[in-house]
Amino acid sequence: MFGVNKRVLPGFGLSLGFTLVYLSLIVLIPLSAVFLKTSTMSWDELVSAVAAPRVVASYKLTFGASFLAAAINAVFGLLLAWGLTRYTFPGRKIVDALIDLPFALPTAVAGIALTAIYAKNGWIGALLEPLGIKIAFGPPGVLVALTFIGLPFVVRTVQPVLEDLETEYEEAAASLGATRWQAFQRVVFPTLFPALLTGFALAFARAVGEYGSVIFIAGNIPMVSEITPLIIITKLEQFDYKGATAVASVMLVISFLLLLVINGLQAWTARRTGRAI
Amino acid sequence: MATVAATFDARSDTASKFEANPATRDSAWVKYLVIGVGLTYFTIFLLLPLIAVFVEAFRKGAGTYFAALVEPDALSAIRLTILAAAISVPLNLVFGVSAAWAIAKFQFPGKNFLITLIDLPFSVSPVVAGLIYVLVFGLQGWFGPWLNEHDIKVIFAVPGIVLATIFVTFPFIARELIPLMQAQGRDEEEAAISLGASGLQTFWRVTIPNVKWALLYGVILCNARAMGEFGAVSVVSGHIRGETNTMPLHVEILYNEYQFAAAFAVASLLALLALVTLVLKTYVEWRSHRPVAGEQVS
Repeated sequence: MFGVNKRVLPGFGLSLGFTLVYLSLIVLIPLSAVFLKTSTMSWDELVSAVAAPRVVASYKLTFGASFLAAAINAVFGLLLAWGLTRYTFPGRKIVDALIDLPFALPTAVAGIALTAIYAKNGWIGALLEPLGIKIAFGPPGVLVALTFIGLPFVVRTVQPVLEDLETEYEEAAASLGATRWQAFQRVVFPTLFPALLTGFALAFARAVGEYGSVIFIAGNIPMVSEITPLIIITKLEQFDYKGATAVASVMLVISFLLLLVINGLQAWTARRTGRAI
Repeated sequence: MATVAATFDARSDTASKFEANPATRDSAWVKYLVIGVGLTYFTIFLLLPLIAVFVEAFRKGAGTYFAALVEPDALSAIRLTILAAAISVPLNLVFGVSAAWAIAKFQFPGKNFLITLIDLPFSVSPVVAGLIYVLVFGLQGWFGPWLNEHDIKVIFAVPGIVLATIFVTFPFIARELIPLMQAQGRDEEEAAISLGASGLQTFWRVTIPNVKWALLYGVILCNARAMGEFGAVSVVSGHIRGETNTMPLHVEILYNEYQFAAAFAVASLLALLALVTLVLKTYVEWRSHRPVAGEQVS
């Protein structure tokens, strides 16, 4: 068909054919159902479903808390990545392995564990209670859960770049009289920046769709601490399939846009650091 | 998920190299400040939740703990979780190998677009992942009336749970294999073929040994997610006790019934699974970076 390369290896038709069929059956056709269903709705129906005050409040909470959680992880994730690659200290290997815990721990388990800790009789909740700070069963709880699930992303995107960084640049900076802070600011950080932003975007994208870890700790109060994925579930439970699908299509469009942004950022990281992603 | 580059990067011991070099060594107070703040953050957000699962699970004693695990509904949840993983992991394994073979060994237009499509399930909210199958197989959905006539249940039944699990774990194995097999190229396979090996012999004796650690790595991550998935499965399950409850859903039900010790007991099994996953993952990373002939990954 494309006749340029003579194929020595067998199995092209079979493997590509199976890939496309499986992809279509499991992912593409079911996903298209969301847009097809949404397209049967009238404009007014659509607007009243996706722009109702309760739904808009959930967008604000979901995107606001996701952004804040990703920002917190950008700062502390960079710090952790730096500590893990630049310093030797006892227990480093164990800490490094445990960083991936939020990927491996089921979200429901994370949700109830975080609730137990941050509720007012929990280990951390009890410390904050006298200060008048309430974490669980409100918007701060959403932030805590999203911070937990986003924790590995920045560490794991920044860490390999830091490890691969040749020492020569910092040596040159030092020999030219730069302080360590100047070397970090002007030499190391610009190299890290695309990876840091990629990690931020990955954490943000993951947080926007997160459900399991949030619903236990959020308190799920309408207009206050109700996330968008929960709105979809609530609408489904009320048999409002159209409403649920309309909100889902908003989330899908945003996910696709984030995916494009992340792909762009990864290409930028690859160019900046000269490594394949 | 972290990028492939990150997960497969050599975690060789570079820290001592940086500390030995005066140009890259930070002063002691910077070092202890960074480690102190980093570890405090790590402890508050990561370590404490993990410890809390086990402490809460044993709060009412070992008797309550084990009673919660052998209770019939818990056992049925464990069986269903294993079943869902046992179907979805092999299917996604076959898909991953097949997709990686097509993408890495051949040239065709639209390849990068195909790779993006394969990654798509990672960027879809689990709740939306469940919803799409309701729209296709639910009573109001495309095939709902037909399935109902023929008395086949997909939604609020085991097939729906399996489908949702397949969707959320779809990219895991493919995305580990594709970049690795692309980097390896097709020289070795072409050499085998030109020496007279059949296509299948080449695949089993050349391709698979070259990617076995990445394959295992993908399977481990895929399995962990399959057993732990909550949001997507929650939408299609219908929460029928003893029938359509997976372990994470069972945890939710117990928790909402204020049976906290029992909820944490079942949760502790899932936390153990997560720890085993991390140990295996670390082992595979370590193995795949040992410079054994033909096994070096990066």
